[in-house]
Amino acid sequence: MNPIRRYLDKIKPNFEKGGKFEKLHSTYDAFSTFLFVPNTVTRKGTHIRDASDLKRTMSVVIIALAPALLFGMWNAGFQNSEALGITRTLWENFWFGFCKVFPIIVVSYVVGLSIEFGVAQARGHEVNEGFLVSGILIPLVMPVGVPLWMVAVATAFAVVFGKEIFGGTGMNIWNPALLTRAFLFFAYPTAMSGDKVWVSGVDGFSGATPLSEAAAGQPLTASLCDMFLGLIPGSVGETSTLSILIGAAILLFTGVASFRVMFSVFAGGAVMGLIFNLWGANSYMETPFYYHYVMGGFAFGAVFMATDPVTGSHTATGKWIYGFLIGLFAVLIRVLNPSYPEGMMLSILLMNTFAPLIDYYVVSANIKRRLKRVTVKA
Amino acid sequence: MSVFSSKKLKPLFEPIITNNPVTVQVLGICSALAVTVKLEPALVMALAVTAVTAFSNLIISGIRNFIPNSIRIIVQLVIISLLVIIVDQILKAYAYNVSKQLSVFVGLIITNCILMGRLEAFAMANRPWPSFLDGIGNGAGYGLLLVLVAFIRELFGSGTLLGIKIIPQSFYDFGYHNNNLIILPPMALIIVGVIIWIQRANTKEAKK
Repeated sequence: MNPIRRYLDKIKPNFEKGGKFEKLHSTYDAFSTFLFVPNTVTRKGTHIRDASDLKRTMSVVIIALAPALLFGMWNAGFQNSEALGITRTLWENFWFGFCKVFPIIVVSYVVGLSIEFGVAQARGHEVNEGFLVSGILIPLVMPVGVPLWMVAVATAFAVVFGKEIFGGTGMNIWNPALLTRAFLFFAYPTAMSGDKVWVSGVDGFSGATPLSEAAAGQPLTASLCDMFLGLIPGSVGETSTLSILIGAAILLFTGVASFRVMFSVFAGGAVMGLIFNLWGANSYMETPFYYHYVMGGFAFGAVFMATDPVTGSHTATGKWIYGFLIGLFAVLIRVLNPSYPEGMMLSILLMNTFAPLIDYYVVSANIKRRLKRVTVKA
Repeated sequence: MSVFSSKKLKPLFEPIITNNPVTVQVLGICSALAVTVKLEPALVMALAVTAVTAFSNLIISGIRNFIPNSIRIIVQLVIISLLVIIVDQILKAYAYNVSKQLSVFVGLIITNCILMGRLEAFAMANRPWPSFLDGIGNGAGYGLLLVLVAFIRELFGSGTLLGIKIIPQSFYDFGYHNNNLIILPPMALIIVGVIIWIQRANTKEAKK
């Protein structure tokens, strides 16, 4: 047995009933099950259990997010040096971005986890692992220069009102990370949108994202290739479609994320984009549909947000419909409402709300179809 | 027994907290969203609703034995509209700016569910004095919630209270921003929800 396991076993009695730290049992439980798969065996009834539990699943998502996170850190430094007109080495750029992004990660984890642990202790629940992923998603959907206290307020709001009041992980209706972003977007619009917030460390530098350029009807300054690689201003993790696709490959290969949702989001975006191309009333509508994939948070939302198993549809048919409508509405909101350039966030939250309804109709359609088969015979 | 004995005053005090029309009976939510962006209109609205509930309760209770049952709603509405028009005219005459801010919501007091609810549930079955107290109590309970919500919304949404700057400039220089979401109606709903949550968590009666 390795030393960590031995240590955990040694301190275990303290946290059991009658032990010194009985009240902190859920905290102990959270750490020990995070480090080791629990070896509990169900004694009654038939259960089929995968070897990989929820905590391991979440860890895969974190690994899949790593490319986008690391690239986002480097890009924060790169955008800064571009704005200042200086050249830095790769590591200097990365270090600059790391110093900007890391505090956001710390704040989002500290605030979110302390609420999660506090609520779990108060209710006597186990600590759920949901925030493990939300905590890293939150910094990835923020502009680099977002004030830390705003992140703290928004995270607290999203965890309490998006999650805990519905019963914690697995019960939430909306994706907590997107709710955090939506809260900031509506509460502090000056810090979350416009041209001034995307490049950190240079006061008053106007670095418009391709998305806001397109919404304003201006020609795009970045090339398609730059946008695909992510050499553009934007939220930390959303700029590089390439690194998001690496994450998508990891998620699909391990089977953690649903390929149905992912593909249908892109399909929905393409359909709406093509409809707008046919319509062609302004320059934004004439933008080729694949530009929507590389601009803003479309790819990030499709890969990491829409595929959230808790807030999405659960039925296979439902997943196709759910994803398709996300892509459709994202492009629709982007093009038709320039005051909400990030249509992806709003469209995912909207479809989160409707996901249970989609499931309901998919299930009842199935029941109806099978019922017909029965009654025909009789 | 005097008219101010504790038992007689029960209809006055009960609706303020324990049987609050908004948080317990869940009536009159719509106007709680609309007029609570700033504290001043909320205060005026609270007074206006209290006056209307008190006097409509008093009048309806006084004539309750003469109202034919089949047209009682119409009679109640006539009395309420009359009182609302009087309140509206008074506001226009003496508090024109607030009246402009409240705009259509003064007229919409007529549709406030608390009024019809109290008339049907209390004034139609009780003597004038307790009905009058019940009207004041319910108006005050509604007003209390309105003022509470408006206090939170104006303080965090605009940084002011009754138009006076409360959050010092140094905060803004340090990077503080007013929360624009609190000014939007959804946040009023969430604040009302939190108040209901806190109240229900702390009272045994509502837990059932």
